[in-house]
Amino acid sequence: MESNRRSFLKIGGICALGLGALPVTKALARKAVPQVSEFPEALKANQWAMVVDMKKCWEKAEEDCKDCILACHQYHNVPDIGTLKEEIKWIWQESYHDTFHDQATQFNIENIEHNPIMVLCNHCTSPPCVRVCPTKATFKDKKSGIVKMDYHRCIGCRFCMAGCPYGARSFNFRDPIPYIKTELNMEYPARERGVVEKCSFCTERLARGLFPACVEACRHGALTFGDITDPNSSVRKVLAENYSIKRKPELGTGPNVYYII
Amino acid sequence: MLERALTGSQQYYRLLMGLLILMGMGFAAYLYQLNTGLTVTGLSRDVSWGFYIAQFTFLVGVAASAVMVVLPYYLHNVKVFGRITILGEFLAVASVTMCLLFIIVDLGKPMRLLNVILYPSPNSILFWDMIVLNGYLFLNIVIGWNVLEAERKGTAAPSWLKPLIYVSIPWAISIHTVTAFLYAGLPGRHLWLHSILAARFLASAFASGPALLILLAFVLKKYTKFDAGKEAIDKLSQVVLYGMLVSIFFLGLEFFTAFYSNIPSHQHGLKYLFVGLDGHGKLVPFMWLFALLALAAVVLLINPNTRKQEKTLKIACLCVFFAMWIEKGLGLVIGGFIPNPFEQVREYLPTVPELIITIGIWATGFFVLTILYKIAVSVKEEVE
Repeated sequence: MESNRRSFLKIGGICALGLGALPVTKALARKAVPQVSEFPEALKANQWAMVVDMKKCWEKAEEDCKDCILACHQYHNVPDIGTLKEEIKWIWQESYHDTFHDQATQFNIENIEHNPIMVLCNHCTSPPCVRVCPTKATFKDKKSGIVKMDYHRCIGCRFCMAGCPYGARSFNFRDPIPYIKTELNMEYPARERGVVEKCSFCTERLARGLFPACVEACRHGALTFGDITDPNSSVRKVLAENYSIKRKPELGTGPNVYYII
Repeated sequence: MLERALTGSQQYYRLLMGLLILMGMGFAAYLYQLNTGLTVTGLSRDVSWGFYIAQFTFLVGVAASAVMVVLPYYLHNVKVFGRITILGEFLAVASVTMCLLFIIVDLGKPMRLLNVILYPSPNSILFWDMIVLNGYLFLNIVIGWNVLEAERKGTAAPSWLKPLIYVSIPWAISIHTVTAFLYAGLPGRHLWLHSILAARFLASAFASGPALLILLAFVLKKYTKFDAGKEAIDKLSQVVLYGMLVSIFFLGLEFFTAFYSNIPSHQHGLKYLFVGLDGHGKLVPFMWLFALLALAAVVLLINPNTRKQEKTLKIACLCVFFAMWIEKGLGLVIGGFIPNPFEQVREYLPTVPELIITIGIWATGFFVLTILYKIAVSVKEEVE
C-alpha cells in the first residue's frame, strides 16, 4: 500500500510537471523565425553573372580610370589599409599576364601583357571556399547563385582564403574602421577585425532593384550584369556575340565572371 | 595519481618554473595579438596561414608516436614496448594539446570558436579535423590514465579499455589523413594537390614522433630511475629509420611528377622552396638544411653501429626531428601559398610576437608532458 501511494505521487508529480511545461513547449515550438518578405522591386536571377569587356575598358576609359573600384569600395566601406600585406579589396586590377598566366601566350597581341584586368570574386557555381568553411559563414545562396558572407559567424580561420584559387578574399588583420577613407555609407555595415570579406555582387542592392555599384559606376558599359541561366539576359547576349574566357576554368569551380579580351 | 605531480625534486620544480615563465610570455604576447589583431603576425593576404598552422601540422605528426608503440605492443605482441606505451600515449596528449592551441591562436575571432559545433559543416575538413583531434586526445588520456592506474594497483587493465585501445590505432592514422586532407583537396594550390600528401604526412609522422620519443626516453633515463630498455629503443630507432626513408622517397616522388611532367604550376612551389622563385628565396637555406639533416639522419640510422650507440642515435634523432620540423613545420604550409593565385611571389616570415606565442605553446605542451611523465615515472618507480 505504502509503495503504491508513493508511486502514485511520483507519477502525479511527473504529470504536473509535464502540464506545467506545456506552455513552455508551445512557446518554443512556434515557428521561431519570422519570414522575410522581399521588396517588390527586387531583381531576381537563378545565377547572377558578370561579363567584363576589357576591350571597352582599355579603349574607351582613360588610363587611370578606377570608377568601378571607387564606387564599390566606397559603397561597401572597404578600408584602405595601405600595405600590400593587409590589403582589402573587392574589385581591383591585376595584369593580363598575372590573371591569365595559364593561357597567356608569348607572342600575344602586343602590349596587352601588362594591361590591367578587373578581377573580383567569381561567385563560382561550385565554390571551394563554401566547401571548406567550417561554420557555413560563407555560403552559396541558392536563390541568386551569389556566394555570400556572414560576417557575424566567421571565426576567421581563413580556410576559405586557402581554398579560393582566385585570391578574391581579404582578411581584416586589424580593426578596419579607422582606415575607411571614403565617406561612410550607413547602408552597409563596416566589418570587425578578424573576419574575412569579399565581393558580394551587391546582393543588398539587387534586393532594392539596383544593379551592382561597379556596374552602375562604369561609364563605358564595360560591365554587363545579368542572369546566366536566362537565354534572353543581357549577359547571354553579350556572350553570344563575343569570344570570352574565364579564369582557371580547368579547376571545375565554374566561375561566373566572363572576360572579353 | 595526480598528487604525484605535486612532489618532486628541485630540478623538477625548476623545469616547471622555466616552462611557466615561457608560457606566461607566450600568453602576454597572445593578449597583445588578441587586442591588436593578426596584424602583429607576418601573415598576409597571400600567405594567409603561417607559422601557427605549420606547427599544428607538424605536431599532428608527433602525436603519432603513440600508435608506433601501441600498434606493435597490442597487435604484434612486441613485449619490449610494454614499458613505453604510456610514454607514447602521454606524448600524444601533449602534442594534440599543442595542436588545438595553435589552431585557437590562429583564429581571427577565437571567441566564436564554438560556431564550429553550433553550425556543424560536414563538408568542411576542418570540422572533421576537430572531431578526430579531440577524439584522439580523449582516447589517449583515458587509455594512458587507466593503464597506469591498473599498473599502480597491480591489476590488469579494465576490460572495457581494450576496444578503446584498438580504436585508437586507426584513429591515429585518421588524424594525419584528415589533417592532410585540409591541404590536399584545395584546387589551385599545386604544392598540396597531390594524392600522396596524406601518405607523406603519415611517413614523416612515423619518423618525427618516435624520434622525439627516443630522445625523451634518454632524458628520463638520465634524470629518473626509469629506463625504457635498450631493445625498445633499438626497435623504435628502426621505426624512425623506415619512416625517414619512406618520407624522403615520397618527397622524391613529388619531384619526379612535377619536373618530368614539366608543368610549371606544379614546379613553382618546389622551386620556391629549394632554389627560389623570381629572385625570392627566404626559405631556401632552411630547405637545404632539411636536406642535410635528413641525409645525416639516414646515414647514422642505416648503419647498425651508429644506430645502436647512444650518442650517435641521439644525434640522428635530433636530425630527424629538426629535418621534419623544417619540412612540415615551415616548408610545406608556407610553400603552398607561394606563388599566390596570380603567380606573384609574396614572401612570409614570422614576426617576434608570433615566435613568442609559438614558444609559449610549445612550453605549454612540454609543461603538460612533464607533469604526465612525472606521474607515469613515479608510478613505475613505486611499482618496481
